[in-house]
Amino acid sequence: MQDLLSQYHSVEPQKVKTWIKVGATSEFPENGGACIKYKTRQIAVFNFKRDSQWYACQNLCPHKLEMVLSRGMTGDSKGIPKVACPLHKKTFSLKDGSNLNGEDYKIAVYPVKIENEIVYIGFTD
Amino acid sequence: MKRVIVVGNGMVGYKFCEKLVTKPQREEYKVIVFGEEPSPAYDRVHLSEYFSGKSAEELLLAPKNWYSDNNIELRTSEMISGIDPENKKVTTYKNEDFEYDYLVLATGSSAFIPPIEGSHIPGVFVYRTTEDLDAIRTFASKLKPEGKNKAAVLGGGLLGLEAANAAKELGMKTSVVEFAPRLMPKQLDEPASKMLQSKIEDLGIHILTNKATIEITGKNAIEKMEFSDGTHLETNMLIISAGIRPRDEVAGNSGIEVGKRGGIKVNNKMQTSAKDVYAIGEAALYNDGIYGLVAPGYNMAEVAVEQITGGTKTMADHIDMSTKLKLIGTDVASFGDPFIENEEVTAINYENKQKGIYKRINVTKDGKKLLGGILIGDASDYNNLFQIYINGMKLPEHPEDLILGFREEGESAMGSVLDLPNTAQICSCESVSKGQICNSISSGECSSMEDIVKLTKASTGCGGCKPMITDLLNESLKSMGKEIKTNLCEHFEFSRQELYDLIKINKVRNFDEALNLFGKGHGCELCKPLLASIFASLNMETANQQVTIQDSNDRFLANIQRNGTYSVVPRVPGGEITPDKLMVIGHVAKKYDLYTKITGGQRIDLFGAELHQLPHIWRELIEGGFESGHAYGKSLRTVKSCVGSSWCRYGMHESVGFAIKIEERYKGLRSPHKLKGGVSGCIRECAEARGKDFGLIAVEGGWNLYVCGNGGATPRHGILLAEQLDDETCIKYLDRFLMYYIRTAAPLTRTAPWLDKLDGGIEYLKKVVIEDSLGIAEELEQDMQDLVNKYECEWKQAIEDPEMMKRFKHFVNSHDSDDNMAFVPMREQKMPKPWVK
Repeated sequence: MQDLLSQYHSVEPQKVKTWIKVGATSEFPENGGACIKYKTRQIAVFNFKRDSQWYACQNLCPHKLEMVLSRGMTGDSKGIPKVACPLHKKTFSLKDGSNLNGEDYKIAVYPVKIENEIVYIGFTD
Repeated sequence: MKRVIVVGNGMVGYKFCEKLVTKPQREEYKVIVFGEEPSPAYDRVHLSEYFSGKSAEELLLAPKNWYSDNNIELRTSEMISGIDPENKKVTTYKNEDFEYDYLVLATGSSAFIPPIEGSHIPGVFVYRTTEDLDAIRTFASKLKPEGKNKAAVLGGGLLGLEAANAAKELGMKTSVVEFAPRLMPKQLDEPASKMLQSKIEDLGIHILTNKATIEITGKNAIEKMEFSDGTHLETNMLIISAGIRPRDEVAGNSGIEVGKRGGIKVNNKMQTSAKDVYAIGEAALYNDGIYGLVAPGYNMAEVAVEQITGGTKTMADHIDMSTKLKLIGTDVASFGDPFIENEEVTAINYENKQKGIYKRINVTKDGKKLLGGILIGDASDYNNLFQIYINGMKLPEHPEDLILGFREEGESAMGSVLDLPNTAQICSCESVSKGQICNSISSGECSSMEDIVKLTKASTGCGGCKPMITDLLNESLKSMGKEIKTNLCEHFEFSRQELYDLIKINKVRNFDEALNLFGKGHGCELCKPLLASIFASLNMETANQQVTIQDSNDRFLANIQRNGTYSVVPRVPGGEITPDKLMVIGHVAKKYDLYTKITGGQRIDLFGAELHQLPHIWRELIEGGFESGHAYGKSLRTVKSCVGSSWCRYGMHESVGFAIKIEERYKGLRSPHKLKGGVSGCIRECAEARGKDFGLIAVEGGWNLYVCGNGGATPRHGILLAEQLDDETCIKYLDRFLMYYIRTAAPLTRTAPWLDKLDGGIEYLKKVVIEDSLGIAEELEQDMQDLVNKYECEWKQAIEDPEMMKRFKHFVNSHDSDDNMAFVPMREQKMPKPWVK
């Protein structure tokens, strides 16, 4: 099961090698998340409509290793955009993947860019 | 830099590290911790939860990297075998030497094995570490296929009873063998012991008292325990829990002074007879006593840290052994001197065998002081009694009021938490006083529960003091003239009721608008579902309208399960279902390979549906005549019924018919928390209506209406609101009651705690609902009727609209389903693969 986790590493915007096209902006819910697939990875994509920001992170919950984060509720904590896992409501920063409840779990985050109403996620492979 | 070596990485050894790293002088010390067990320190107090599913990782007090992050060298699986106090060094079992400037012995204790012949035979265990528990579990699982299922526990103390419960949970027929004439002889008096015993026996655990074991026999594994009275007990395994012995052997062998009956002798600075060597926790012998509780152990850790870092703190002379815990589901508490009774002291007892409650308080003859007591079955008064005892506070005129409470009138003999002196210890685990908490509030440093926990660590141990801290916070803020913050979250500085009114008056249509008008930021997982609930309560808006503000279950109109699949619950009003409809459910379950189980609310739950399957499943259920059961929502769940007068020879009224009528009326109604109802056809109460938010019981001349009951973690019986009502009046009162609750309750508050907080309690509620004292009865009824008229099945709505259907797809960019999902077979059905521990 640990193999699952080892597939996900945060990607810094300047290190992106490939931008993968994952769909039209209209296919993603406003102020919520949806999931996309790239190779064997599942990536959750979030559309923060109020300030037109997009975020992406692993769909895998780091606590119980289930593919659910895209179905979590989004929001912010003191300005930091976040997602709450639907299983146990642990919350994670979508900026750096850190856990906002002060626990050890961490998630991988990925850069997102929007060009001509198309959503792209950045990967290093 | 000075080197501190800590021997032992149990709860107290860990606490020492935790306290040390917060000291400003922290940088002057290099800390090395030796632990004999392979795992870092874990929560031994909650060891039994390891059996009920908690993982070893979840029990850890801090993850492994906490030590490295805090610059502490943790060496697990390394035992210290010798101490050389002369040359200030310790030797490990691998013969490596480590020098120290300060040595802290937190070696804890081991299980005491009485000198009984045969105690080495396979199948005999102790109950102390997660490794012991693993061994017990493995052994029990090997017994079962051989048809052996008997377990015995030697020792009827606290830990013994925990062990017995664990054995029972493993499916073993369990007996407890106690040498004394009663259970927990050190903490409980005879009636208390008997009460506890009968509660435990009710759970199927057999108790033998007055039994001295003289021999354990068996060929390849244990078969029998022989007692001194000539009787015996056959058993296939035995867990010995006959007390603890301090781990003082290394200290003793190294010339450090130990007590005759064990324990490393320490003074009130936690210093042993050797220079710069300290002992803390269960290994330490202080004032001729060994203290097997966490709170004194933590105090010792703090004293040792203070002494080493140049502080002056010492250990109090008297160590309080008061304790409150849940033992096999029963509250057990004792404080002060639980037994004292003489010419100066009177004991006041309250015993209620029907409810399984026993309370005793020991009061001075003049009725002025509380000296100790025992609580069994209901320890909700423990915090207050303990504070009165420990602070020597004055008792009320009739001391018996302290244990006799008058719930219905909402009066308490205890007084307010503000009456406590500033020195009163509110959190004994972290030793935080009332003064500390109040000062942190009055200085402006803390203004929320979260702040207080962060600053003082109060309530992070057993958590029992949480309600008192909340009261302190609220009362202190109030006395400072500050409004008590009942804000929803950082995005809305309003209470639920304020927002409810604001949204209603300003005709706000959606979450974004509410955020623009009254809030800030993006919202969060607290305010979003709450506003969704308000929009639903005001306009009967279904979860399909503002999908992403719904709680994650409402968003997909199903209940998420352990592996990310969902369960599906169609509505079965009143629990009445035709064979044809049963077959529809059976057919759907079979087609989609769903695990099927009857729920507690008289319906059928279908588990294991993947996200993309939900609409297909619902299309078939709706064609078969079903509607959403709203099992996923904070909304009306079910109205449970007994079969009533149409079949039952005792039935007074037609309970099923009336339950269906009510469930049909309130279905889809969203509320601050879930709502459950029940209708019973006679006072035998087979529908358990008094355990529901609203319950009707048929009597001569109509229905008795009970409100504000619930099951769950804090079970409550509903309270009588009105008697002998006809159907019409009953529904009228229900409309008013439910709507009033929906308007005024705080978020996620069920009806029982809502009533507790309602000024004037049930009498006030009666005035509002029956006498219409607020003049809003008609409005409440009208609001409810509007909601009833607007009801729509949200699943039907969803499957008829392609836009709404979009959300039931696992991937945006692929038609694949989630390949991470795995099931394993279970009793002819299936379940999700267990989580990795």
